[in-house]
Amino acid sequence: MKAPSRSLFTVLALGYAFLYIPIVILVIYSFNESKLVTVWSQFSTIWYQELFKDEQLLTAAWVSLRIAFFTATAAVGLGTIAGLILARFGQFRGKTFFSALMTAPLVMPEVITGLSLLLLFVAMQDLLGFPHGRGMFTIWVAHVTFTTAYVTVIITSRLRELDNTIEDAALDLGATPAKVFFVITLPIIAPALISGWLLAFTLSIDDLVIASFVAGPGSTTLPMVIYSSVRLGVSPKINALATIIIGIITFVAIFATWLMLRMEKQRKKEMEQALIAANAQL
Amino acid sequence: MRHHLRLSLPSGRILIISVPFLWFILFLFIPFAIVFKISFSEIATAVPPYSNLVSTINDTIQLTLNLGNYLYLLTDSLYAAAYLNSIKIAFFSTLLCLLIGYPMAYTISRTEPPIRNLLLMLIVLPSWTSFLIRVYAWIGILKNNGLLNNLLISLGIIDSPLPMLHTNFAVYLGIVYAYLPFMILPLYANLVKMDWGLLDAASDLGARPWKSFLTITLPLSAAGIISGSMLVFIPVVGEFVIPDLLGGPDTLMIGKVLWQEFFNNRDWPVASAVAVVMLLVLMWPILIFNRHQNKQMQS
Repeated sequence: MKAPSRSLFTVLALGYAFLYIPIVILVIYSFNESKLVTVWSQFSTIWYQELFKDEQLLTAAWVSLRIAFFTATAAVGLGTIAGLILARFGQFRGKTFFSALMTAPLVMPEVITGLSLLLLFVAMQDLLGFPHGRGMFTIWVAHVTFTTAYVTVIITSRLRELDNTIEDAALDLGATPAKVFFVITLPIIAPALISGWLLAFTLSIDDLVIASFVAGPGSTTLPMVIYSSVRLGVSPKINALATIIIGIITFVAIFATWLMLRMEKQRKKEMEQALIAANAQL
Repeated sequence: MRHHLRLSLPSGRILIISVPFLWFILFLFIPFAIVFKISFSEIATAVPPYSNLVSTINDTIQLTLNLGNYLYLLTDSLYAAAYLNSIKIAFFSTLLCLLIGYPMAYTISRTEPPIRNLLLMLIVLPSWTSFLIRVYAWIGILKNNGLLNNLLISLGIIDSPLPMLHTNFAVYLGIVYAYLPFMILPLYANLVKMDWGLLDAASDLGARPWKSFLTITLPLSAAGIISGSMLVFIPVVGEFVIPDLLGGPDTLMIGKVLWQEFFNNRDWPVASAVAVVMLLVLMWPILIFNRHQNKQMQS
């Protein structure tokens, strides 16, 4: 295999520059004292102080964090079941329809998802009186629905990568399917569960369009506050907020990658040891 | 395991399948049916603001299907223009993403594994930071007194600021910026599995690099190209945030039109009709994507 040419590496470098320059500029100007985002005056952390005085913004951030936490947790539960069905249950009637339902939210325009869920909640309230009004609960339901699709894709592809000989062996030796799932399958797919949880969390905390449709009074999320502030123009406070978000995400992404690599190594080592032990028995 | 599960747990199996199945029927399938239904009702000053399709007058049940919303979409040329413009913008930005993303994915897939993982992580990382914030970043760069204009003026390339924000150029830039990772990832996943021995063989037999690219690499990566293009094209057709924040008053996109019908005009029936037509337009690409995704998952 030949190494790619120098011109290809130039394209790659330009691509990374394109992806990162706007973010770097955003971060730099969050430390600018001037209110004009595009004119540099001097280094200052005044906008960070302003940020932590903004009650409305902090309340919205707390709302978003709670929704994202419960969304990610539910999406991993539901996505694990869906992934198991798609990867391990073989054929069943309605499987094509089932997998179409699972993959549709990946590409569905957000305005359609948002509008259709809102109309459902309104119709349900009309017919059943539940959910009463809209708020954090309806946002949670909407977010679980669209993030589960992503989690399912991650978990399904992980399950397909792994051969199921150990699972089969355990079943042959008399373990119940539930026991096999909790003792063998779950630990093996743990890295996929972590990345699925994190992806669902970021998708939920980032969503503006769907939440705008299904939110009610008192459930203003962080993207909704950012959006209304951005519509009024650029503000260094938003730059400061963006910098904090970017910082947290970078840290978590690096930490999660490190953790998953370590879990993977650990698992490989255990498998090898088990093999050695098994051979010694013979 | 499949065999055993089927034998030992027929009822448990159905129970497990029904949990996500019911969730998605209730929160994905039924909502579309309701959108379809409400697209046939009329706007009303009520809570919720639309008329009932079924009514009982003099002991007879009447079903009124109002086609007015669809006729309205047909007669007002704004809607047709918005649909066509959205498809055009989505098509060209998908093409741009492919032209930029393909060489990037190709180069990443041909580096050594430790560097490869780092490069891949650097592609994913921006897409994990807030979408809204990444779009916002371009406002400061493209404004009339923004960084790019200031830079060009100080370099003496232009005398007065070029209007860049609130133009179609800004919309294309924003879309390509935000959706590039969605193109690169499936392309990479496909290219990294490629058997490079084929290329070595072709070059040993005297094929020029361009020829072997066009006859071997490109056809073999068709699956990645389809996935990536669909992941960009379909959501971009209904995109709202980017045309709203970076586009101008003449940037017509159907996602923005739907948003305004719903939030500004509070016309839920027309918004529903707009959504139904958008779904019909996207039905074919969504079906291709679904079939493709399932095939990928099966193999």
